[in-house]
Amino acid sequence: MIDYSKVLSRTVVDTPKSGIRKFFDLMSTMQDVVGLTVGEPDFQTPWHIREAGIVSLERGKTYYTANAGLMELRSEINNYMTRRFGVSYDPASEVIVTVGGSEAIDIAFRSVIEPGDEIIVPTPSFVCYAPLARMAGGVPVILETKFEDKFKIDPEALKAAITPKTKMLVLPYPNNPTGAIMTREELADIAEILRDTNILVLSDEIYAEMTYTGNHCSIASLEGMRERTVIASGFSKAYAMTGWRLGYLCAPKQIAEQMLKIHQYGIMSSPTTAQFAAIEALKNGEEDIQMMVGEYNRRRRYIYNGLKSIGIESFEPEGAFYIFPRIGDYGLSGEEFCNKLLYDYKCAIVPGGAFGESGEGFARISYAYSIKHITQALERIEAFVKTL
Amino acid sequence: MNTELLKLLENDARLTADQLAVMLGCDREVIEADLRECEANGTILGYKTIVDWEKTEQESVTAMIDVKLTPQPDRGFDRVAEKIYNYPEVKSVYLMSGAYDLSVLIEGRTMKEVALFVSQKLAPIEAVMSTATHFVLHKYKDKGVLYETPEIDERGTFN
Repeated sequence: MIDYSKVLSRTVVDTPKSGIRKFFDLMSTMQDVVGLTVGEPDFQTPWHIREAGIVSLERGKTYYTANAGLMELRSEINNYMTRRFGVSYDPASEVIVTVGGSEAIDIAFRSVIEPGDEIIVPTPSFVCYAPLARMAGGVPVILETKFEDKFKIDPEALKAAITPKTKMLVLPYPNNPTGAIMTREELADIAEILRDTNILVLSDEIYAEMTYTGNHCSIASLEGMRERTVIASGFSKAYAMTGWRLGYLCAPKQIAEQMLKIHQYGIMSSPTTAQFAAIEALKNGEEDIQMMVGEYNRRRRYIYNGLKSIGIESFEPEGAFYIFPRIGDYGLSGEEFCNKLLYDYKCAIVPGGAFGESGEGFARISYAYSIKHITQALERIEAFVKTL
Repeated sequence: MNTELLKLLENDARLTADQLAVMLGCDREVIEADLRECEANGTILGYKTIVDWEKTEQESVTAMIDVKLTPQPDRGFDRVAEKIYNYPEVKSVYLMSGAYDLSVLIEGRTMKEVALFVSQKLAPIEAVMSTATHFVLHKYKDKGVLYETPEIDERGTFN
């Protein structure tokens, strides 16, 4: 008999499963649950974008593309980055089309991490950074952000987290799960600390289009930062294209060249149909974004006020489509709170602890749902909280 | 003019002033004042429910009638249009460019009822030169709303 404990990778075996998934699995065993758990838009991909994918299939565009992606798409990505965030990348050597933002993060880590390198991961944040950094041989160093600071990175705390082994800072803003953003001024303080070091930045800008109090600022657009920044982004959130699995990386060519090797050997090229659809999205999708972001903004205000009137404290989110209320004041752990809410009141939200220890005492609520659905969920949360 | 408010209501007229105020980030009083103004000046003409009558016991047929007219002195087509839209069974009347002049949408309980309306009320109007009646066989989408069973939220269910 084979002894699996001897054949599996220790690092992978020791990596825990995603805490969000665990909650989803629980939820799927129950009936009539009103959930606010999903991290993807409730809109379908706009029809003209879907149609561009269909047309490409009708025309027989079913082959591999260049490893880095269709040249036209890479050019459009550069046009978009220049137009929206004032930072440009050479389509031929500095843009890579990936299988979602997740692959982008993975190969960014793998192309720079040497065994033992430290990766600073601010939390609460999306669940993938620490596991992926560890699987690439790195050592995640958790940098806790606080409710009092609106979950932004405190420059002093960052300084304290930096050691001679620090290789990279993950910059997950606009933030999932907190809804926090970092403004140009706040990023300037971070840039000031990193500018004269050899520390890189992985800026995860997947929610860049979803900001409600001003335009997103990319740290790469700040003086001296482009050369040390890798931007990971994608089409999933902005264009409601989660299932197409398409993201991209923008980075200085010295880094992009190395990332492309990993992509080349591991992936070959991203799905061709999705790439044709993405060209259409970047060329003609501006209005779709405006429509969807307008809708998210109204829901954001609605849910923030709804929670407030129930008596649950949260800071008003400024980006992404999540709100991160403080539920720790009810004498239950985050997980107990969410479990009871699910079992007794059939309403599902994700315990904040799934996004890092500093998320304990909070919960992530997604507002990528209709107002009707949100209203129903708020009613159940209110009924539950009244019993505590 | 608060077009964002109008768009929200056009999509869901049951949103309350409180809900609208929160969503638009303003006071309830502002919303109520805007609504009063829009109702008074005719920007908002009414609030209706979209019913799929096929799902009920109630028999109902819809027909679109292309109407060709001879222009009238003085008031052009307006007077004829008025004569037509005053019939309660007429739901819409549009002045059209192209091969005919008025597009009349009519609802009746049966095809016969619609046919009688055309032959006895519409066709005899002096300025009406001809009519062509098209019965609606099935509604897929009307006023931006799909006439299908509500879609299930499939997110997070592909295991």
